[in-house]
Amino acid sequence: MQNPYLPYPVKIDDIVVETEDKNLKTFTFVFLNPADEERFAYRSGQFAELSVTGKGEIPIGIASSPSEKGFVKFTVNKVGLVSSYLHNMQKGDIMGIRGPLGNSYPWDVLKGKNVVIIGGGFAFTTLRSSIVYMLANRQDFGKITVIYGARTPGMLLYRDELMAWEKRDDIDMHITVDGTNDPNWKYNVGFVPTITEKKAPQADDDTYAIICGPPIMIKFTQPVLDKAGYAHDHIIMSLENRMKCGIGMCGRCNVGKDFVCKDGPVFTLAQLNTMPKEY
Amino acid sequence: MKVIRISKTEWQGGLDKARTGYGLYGPVKEGQDDHAFRPLAPGEFPDMSYKNSKMSPKELVHPQSEPMFQYNLNPADPDHDIMREIAKDATAKAVIGIRPCDADAFLLVKRNFDTPIYRDPYWVTAFESFTKIGFACNQACSATAFCTSAGSGPFHDAGLDVLLVDTGESYLAKVVTDKGQHFLDVCGFSAPAADAASQIESLQKKAESTIASSVNTDKLKDQVTTELYDAPFWEEISFACINCGTCTFSCPTCWCFDIQDETKGKQGVRMRNWDSCMYPLFTLHGSGHNPRGTKVHRVRQRFMHKLKYYVDKYQDGIQCVGCGRCIRLCPVNIDIRKVCNMMNGYTACSCAVS
Ligand SMILES: Cc1cc2nc3c(=O)[nH]c(=O)nc-3n(C[C@H](O)[C@H](O)[C@H](O)COP(=O)(O)OP(=O)(O)OC[C@H]3O[C@@H](n4cnc5c(N)ncnc54)[C@H](O)[C@@H]3O)c2cc1C
Ligand code: SF4
Ligand code: SF4
Ligand code: FES
Repeated sequence: MQNPYLPYPVKIDDIVVETEDKNLKTFTFVFLNPADEERFAYRSGQFAELSVTGKGEIPIGIASSPSEKGFVKFTVNKVGLVSSYLHNMQKGDIMGIRGPLGNSYPWDVLKGKNVVIIGGGFAFTTLRSSIVYMLANRQDFGKITVIYGARTPGMLLYRDELMAWEKRDDIDMHITVDGTNDPNWKYNVGFVPTITEKKAPQADDDTYAIICGPPIMIKFTQPVLDKAGYAHDHIIMSLENRMKCGIGMCGRCNVGKDFVCKDGPVFTLAQLNTMPKEY
Repeated sequence: MKVIRISKTEWQGGLDKARTGYGLYGPVKEGQDDHAFRPLAPGEFPDMSYKNSKMSPKELVHPQSEPMFQYNLNPADPDHDIMREIAKDATAKAVIGIRPCDADAFLLVKRNFDTPIYRDPYWVTAFESFTKIGFACNQACSATAFCTSAGSGPFHDAGLDVLLVDTGESYLAKVVTDKGQHFLDVCGFSAPAADAASQIESLQKKAESTIASSVNTDKLKDQVTTELYDAPFWEEISFACINCGTCTFSCPTCWCFDIQDETKGKQGVRMRNWDSCMYPLFTLHGSGHNPRGTKVHRVRQRFMHKLKYYVDKYQDGIQCVGCGRCIRLCPVNIDIRKVCNMMNGYTACSCAVS
């Protein structure tokens, strides 16, 4: 019987400090056994349990894209026991990853459609995965719009990539910050809901919005999308409940009858409307 | 229906024969007024005079603490930091004298651990290694039992391999599965009891008539989840709860667990330990946010899971077998029968705005 709790052994291949407060680092892992990489075949929007031996496991969204080969990437915020220990680990250290877990964004539905990505703060990890994936399969999608905001320019994740995407004409980028005293900042200033109101395309049957961000951002973005006419089954969100097993067995991450780890983490707003608000 | 008669004089001799092929488990007296399910040492026999145990026998399959992996943090070891599986004991075991409700509970829990996508190797291996020799209840174990209205009953054989019925001078052994037949063969129990069916039936009727309490569950599936969730009674139901977790730990159909690494020096194990939805830490995020931050949330979760979410998920009854343990053991007398009937009978106020 296959053991779904057994992590694949990996080596830390690279560590990048992402933000000016140094609380977010991106870890690149390579599998110790090359065959495990194929077993780990994933879709954007899924997550994995990062297993730090002796400390425990944490669920983290997969930030690399299935179109990127030879490694997997995760961006981790320093919060508590496991994430803080991980932040002190070094290139070459051995740990484990277990997955891929969860349902992913609905790529079969999104094929051929316009996609609006709305992200805030460090919840941009699986959105990065999605953007890289869509750009690698550009012919499969209509218009791609990205609205991404952080408190300051120094708090934006993946800055070099954002700037590179800005220069492309097949993706509509709207980067924003809450505020900055950088005189050379040439992008937007303003909160994500405000920028969404100005820049998000009008809704239609062929346009889907994916939103990830802090609860407060989601709370104020949703009325904006409502006003722009987005149907609730065209608004896609990803939940983060406390997890352990990641496979629907330990019983803690449920929202109503659904397990965020197995039935989610991705749900449409239409689905969430029928569920208790326990997230 | 095949039934075998086991005279009480041949009972212990038969069990002794079984010890060659099976590890035997059964109820053993513990303290003043309790029994626990334990491995039976040579010469030790199940106490067939017991009513039921305070803690359910779920720990035979799902131990309260169980190592999952072992690891070594010594960088000199070529295997360092890599999780290694710990072999699970898959040898044949038999539990003698388990009650019908507790056996049925394993089937409800199986839906969680043995799914089309993932199988939990720890639970499934332990579950499959057991032959379950059940013991019918000739009378209600307590006034709080409501098994007959919770999908089980004193003579229920779901989840069992053999059902034993005590007739006084002998046991009637109803053979439920091939696994059960094999166990009886190994014991050398083979005397057919041709006339047994009517005797079992009348004992069953008598036993069922002693189950004094019941719940209504017929309307649960038609209730709207969010309406039940917002019902006004949760505050009152949860008021006295001290979140001790006794109800979930003693319950045969509760399975939630936590995973923790335990390191001593350079060696360690990844463990799993029972956990409970009654504890605030269960759902606490690293950020401090807690989606079930209050007692009302947690008590509601326990009842909604058992009586609504499970009902909707599997469309096959409630996640409770009516053993009554949680009612007997709750220090503040919270009663699932009362809550179940409130949930079942609830009508959302039509004046409520959505
Ligand atoms: C689907 C999903 C995707 C996520 N993606 C990311 C990501 O890309 N980057 C990122 O930085 N964070 C992400 N998180 C949050 C991250 O899991 C928590 O910050 C992390 O578990 C905190 O662990 P800790 O040991 O440092 O904190 P502690 O507070 O010490 O936590 C102890 C244990 O509790 C559990 N836990 C605590 N908080 C959470 C939480 N919010 N979610 C789930 N389990 C928790 C973990 O098992 C953890 O080991 C994600 C969470 C989920 C559910
Ligand atoms: S046993 Fe009673 S007091 Fe303890 S957690 Fe359960 S309902 Fe609350
Ligand atoms: S909820 Fe209570 S009555 Fe039902 S199976 Fe669990 S302990 Fe027994
Ligand atoms: S994390 Fe265990 S059930 Fe979802």
